[in-house]
Amino acid sequence: MLDRTRAPAWTKRRDGMAEESEEDKARRFRDAALPHLDDVFTLARYLMRDAADAEDAVQECYLRALKHFDSYRGPAMKPWLLAILRNVCKAEFARRTLQPQPADPEEDGQSASAPPLWQEAPASPETELFGRLDAETIRRLVAELPPAFRETVVLRDINNLSYREIAEILGVPVGTVMSRLARARNLLRAAWLIAEGSTP
Amino acid sequence: MNCAESEILMHALVDGEVDAVNARKVEEHIASCAACAGKLAGLRALRAAMSEKSLKEAAPLRLRRRVEAALPSPAAPPSTPPKRFAPSRRTFFAGFAAGTALSAAIAASLVLAVFGNDREQIIAGEVVSAHIRSLQPGHLTDVETSDQHMVKPWFNGKLDVAPPVIDLTAQGFTLIGGRLDYVSGEAVAAIVYRRRNHVINLFVERRSRGGSGGAKAEAMQGFNVRRWTQQGLDFWAVSDINAVELGEFCAKFADALRPGGPA
Repeated sequence: MLDRTRAPAWTKRRDGMAEESEEDKARRFRDAALPHLDDVFTLARYLMRDAADAEDAVQECYLRALKHFDSYRGPAMKPWLLAILRNVCKAEFARRTLQPQPADPEEDGQSASAPPLWQEAPASPETELFGRLDAETIRRLVAELPPAFRETVVLRDINNLSYREIAEILGVPVGTVMSRLARARNLLRAAWLIAEGSTP
Repeated sequence: MNCAESEILMHALVDGEVDAVNARKVEEHIASCAACAGKLAGLRALRAAMSEKSLKEAAPLRLRRRVEAALPSPAAPPSTPPKRFAPSRRTFFAGFAAGTALSAAIAASLVLAVFGNDREQIIAGEVVSAHIRSLQPGHLTDVETSDQHMVKPWFNGKLDVAPPVIDLTAQGFTLIGGRLDYVSGEAVAAIVYRRRNHVINLFVERRSRGGSGGAKAEAMQGFNVRRWTQQGLDFWAVSDINAVELGEFCAKFADALRPGGPA
């Protein structure tokens, strides 16, 4: 499972590097990793959908990240941490095996078990406004997206990662990121419009 | 280009992830296709609404402390092994009080260890320590009010300066009070603001310690720190909010302080 965090792009060892002390390593890790705590927590909240589980996952993510910090060689700390966080969450879901995440996420979006919320978007007049829902409702709508679409749209629109970074985290081609993102936003938009309609 | 391609590529277009050639192709298609133009408008509205709602969630302070306490520290390794995934709620809360104190102590000693001799860096370390101390229960404010006209007089007679207290609520930073604090053994004013769930401590003292006086931003122990000098006073802003927002805070405060400024 952890092997997934050792994607080639960021695990090349620099040879001949002097062994750094544990102290320096711990300090360097804190300075590099702690500023991303909000991003890691945000993704954890959306993946786990439970605040306490999210916090547990974040802590586990940081412990694993520290453990593998020796092999971290960039390019960017945030996507590296988010990749580890995602693996932690997946492992937790696998452990529970109550609601295993579907192996093929493309299937999931179409599945009959998807909430009835997911209809085709109504006709889109230019006047449509997305302003009326509060942040809480929007979070809920995002949280209700099927997992593969949810993680893609969160990584892009909330964690602000590039397509390439998302592709590396998810282990899929950039083209797949694009199609999932398009689908995710269409679903979200449809749900959003429906929710707005029901807002007094 | 057909509508199916356009519908995918317009996402890359609004995300700035498409090359010039494809961007032109999508734009040409959209210019001649009302359906796709409507979808693009809807997409842009969705993106705009999502970005202004601030959907990112701030990590709760207790989580920050818990993570910091779980990471090994060169200064004082935690005596208990870090908890693995899914500890029971009870063990988590039992360890919480100890972890909080421990992480503050660790952070304080680390900061001193990291920044050796540079005077400014030592002060920066102390300022971060003071910020961490202020987050302990009951330590945040001596005078708790969002009224700037109550916070400012409260400092009278406690300091050799009258620190400027500015209400930035309208700019998104809520004044929550003031506190007398000590940095390197000298009394300083701490003005406390809140941004969403984040606390910002603004330390103010008379300019007397030397140093460059120039504006400076850095990250220490996961906290962002900015300093600047204005009107003969040294300012240090410390918070766990991101560097951009802390920069915004400092800019707004400095603007308001400037003669003829908004406040």
